[in-house]
Amino acid sequence: MGALFVKDQEYTPSLTKSDLIESLTRAQGHLAYKDVELAVKSLIEMMSNALSMGERIEIRGFGSFSLHFRPPRVGRNPKSGDKVELPGKYVPHFKPGKELRDRANNQK
Amino acid sequence: MSLTKADMAEMLFDELGLNKREAKEIVEHFFEEVKVALETGHQVKLSGFGNFLTRSKAERPGRNPKTGEEIPISARKVVTFRPGQKLKIRVEAYAGSEQ
Repeated sequence: MGALFVKDQEYTPSLTKSDLIESLTRAQGHLAYKDVELAVKSLIEMMSNALSMGERIEIRGFGSFSLHFRPPRVGRNPKSGDKVELPGKYVPHFKPGKELRDRANNQK
Repeated sequence: MSLTKADMAEMLFDELGLNKREAKEIVEHFFEEVKVALETGHQVKLSGFGNFLTRSKAERPGRNPKTGEEIPISARKVVTFRPGQKLKIRVEAYAGSEQ
């Protein structure tokens, strides 16, 4: 697995998209890196696309993605202090499924 | 209506020409890899989509909502998702089209 980066003086190892592609290529065996790369990019695009059309994503054992509404509010320009009307908006939300919650909580 | 693993495998089959078994395996492995990373203390960074990470939560007081009895909620690790800038912008554009 991939690069290390620094956060709060602690090293958190991370898995990136290219790590994921490499690992899937090894697991798959008979598919070329290029094919797996295209597949992984397509999967991520399908998920982004679904959410950007307001569609939920439900992956059993992993979790679900949906949109949450943030109501309109009055904000402030931090420089001038002027009031700014901010319109309501949708933000992506992820709710981990039971299997992922349990596995993450019993970290190896 | 919602997007499921079956829909995703079907799209890989239709659009990429993977056979049905390969398409199904790729989808399964994709989510399994993310789960393995998170349970081994890694964070997962999918550029263009977002990052998954685990956070440690301290024990806190809780209550049984039925009986009102106080029960501590034990310390635990939870998975959080932080959407990337690109996804946030695309989702906001959806909200705009609704108004």
